[in-house]
Amino acid sequence: MTTQETPRLTPKDYASDQDPRWCPGCGDYSILSQVKKVLANLQVSVENTVFISGIGCSSRFPYYMNAYGIHSIHGRAPAVATGLKVYRPELDVWVITGDGDGLSIGGNHLMHAIRKNVNLNILLFNNRIYGLTKGQVSPTSEAGKKTKSTPFGSVDYPIRPLEFALGAEATFVARSIDVNVKHLAETLEKAAAHKGVSFVEIYQNCNIFNDGAFTYATDRAQKMENVIELEHGKPIRFGKDNNKGIRLNQLSLEIVTLGENGVTETDLLVHDESMAQPTLAFLLSRMHYPEFPEPIGVFRNVEKPSYDRLVHQQIQEAKENLGEGSLEDLFHSGETWVVQP
Amino acid sequence: MKNYGVVTFQAEDEISAMCSVVGAAFGGALAVTGTSGPGIALKAEAMGLAVMLELPSIIVNVQRGGPSTGLPTKTEQADLFQAIYGRNGECPLPVLAAATPADCFWMALEAARIALQFMTPVMLLSDGYLANGTEPWKVPDIASLPKIDVPYYTHPEKFFPYSRNERLSRPWAIPGTPGLQHRVGGLEKQHLTGNVSYDSNNHEVMVKLRQEKVQGIQNDIPLLQVHGDTEGELLIVGWGSTYGAIATAVEKARQAGKPVSSIHLKYLYPFPKNLGDILSKFNKILVPEMNLGQLKHILQAQYLIPMNGLNKVKGRPFQVHEIVEAIDNALEEKE
Repeated sequence: MTTQETPRLTPKDYASDQDPRWCPGCGDYSILSQVKKVLANLQVSVENTVFISGIGCSSRFPYYMNAYGIHSIHGRAPAVATGLKVYRPELDVWVITGDGDGLSIGGNHLMHAIRKNVNLNILLFNNRIYGLTKGQVSPTSEAGKKTKSTPFGSVDYPIRPLEFALGAEATFVARSIDVNVKHLAETLEKAAAHKGVSFVEIYQNCNIFNDGAFTYATDRAQKMENVIELEHGKPIRFGKDNNKGIRLNQLSLEIVTLGENGVTETDLLVHDESMAQPTLAFLLSRMHYPEFPEPIGVFRNVEKPSYDRLVHQQIQEAKENLGEGSLEDLFHSGETWVVQP
Repeated sequence: MKNYGVVTFQAEDEISAMCSVVGAAFGGALAVTGTSGPGIALKAEAMGLAVMLELPSIIVNVQRGGPSTGLPTKTEQADLFQAIYGRNGECPLPVLAAATPADCFWMALEAARIALQFMTPVMLLSDGYLANGTEPWKVPDIASLPKIDVPYYTHPEKFFPYSRNERLSRPWAIPGTPGLQHRVGGLEKQHLTGNVSYDSNNHEVMVKLRQEKVQGIQNDIPLLQVHGDTEGELLIVGWGSTYGAIATAVEKARQAGKPVSSIHLKYLYPFPKNLGDILSKFNKILVPEMNLGQLKHILQAQYLIPMNGLNKVKGRPFQVHEIVEAIDNALEEKE
């Protein structure tokens, strides 16, 4: 992370001169302003920051940032970003994608950027719909959903972004919500600090084509029962009276109430984002509304050398072991001979 | 290549490889990717992005028998149409082809020069025959190699990402350069600023500028040399790996006193400037190629001169006698 001493940058300094083209009320605005706020908190230098996106509403994001940026092609942002980051590891590279862009056409690239642990910050805006093309089912749309492309209801089973990322062994996995601005900013800041791939799913309301998709997690009256804020090292508790918790029962999680049937806090599962195995994070990622409250925050945060670092380490080692390569020597290596006049 | 400081990595697929090339080029690399046959189809989308972003890169296509998986271990020259035309929209990029194994070095250097001087992806064609072939290569004196000097753009005043120099090439301002933050993308660009533009007139201006830039490469490539007389009865026009067989056959025929000459194209898009003149000076033209007549088709369309093809698609290169016989047949037809 490159920082500057003076002058101190403010969120405004990270805004480009272009006006956002999102619908009024879109959750993307909130994410944009939190990203700017986080960059200002970290005093990231604008010239060393790059935003790379694919196609979709969320992918217009780079145009609105005063940074370097590429609005690339559908689903390919992780591949474009990998090329840049591997060549220029000193840059801070962010990937902006959505549920359609990242998990439908781009699923393969996303999987490989994650499993290679390329030091990218990947933000997946999940609105569970194709918004830019005016409302077709996306790979995260719930089964049975009626949309323009599925008038009788979708018969697709959805993919869950965090389960996907954990399956590819992402070293940093988190979830936040567009309107939960404080939590979102904290989560993004942790993602930026992580060395290695950071994958953040952001629940994002599309107020035009899928309005209210996350009301259960944002509505003041319901959210305490439906959302758990994960805290590293703390027992997993939730509820408007904070008297419910999650207990591990063999290989499953279950909801228990403190004080009922002799349940005490010591029975509760303690969150540990640093566990080497992704098993606990995976169990937590399998908690879905309405059967369970849904966790937000950091699911997994472990250290592993990043791909971009390893590539350059190998180059360094090769130079040390074999000596700096010279073109002259290369040309004269192998089978060469001199033709006498 | 690691100790030479070359950054290399294996991507998950051809799509990703070409996308990574674009990302690395945005970061200031002369990035290269290679593939064969169907891999070019997969790379085509991101090659279009590279054309739109006007970033340098080299795409090597070692052609093999197609279509689809075709004859993956055999040689063919049937990707010429795909190389020149195989992308959506008006999407011009220079196409070069090496003539011999040793020529691969020189044409790769040319591909690098053109990519950097014109800020464009360049396709370099080889094929199975060249890739598996060998010949002595005179080791060049490194000091005598042409210098390719393309500085990154660093002046923060009045920076326009899509301004153009005398070659219509745009400035290469890479991340890390203070004050030059800008965004590029696959959407049509506004002339000069590079901002997104849906303006219909601007789109036409940009389509023509991109075309004009690539066409202008004609001014920076060598003129064709005719092997034999510069006018006469029969001209053989070859391209790529057929060079050896054609040159030998033409030499034999000329030694036997036959009125035949040849030219060999290494710049397929755009063509060298003097190609039309040369073609117009011969009564008959024969185009041998390992496909069903792709170069012939392009030449006829561009120069409106009738030609005959000598076409072989057996996964094997031409043999000298096949071309000698074709020369004899072409010359006999006159009588």
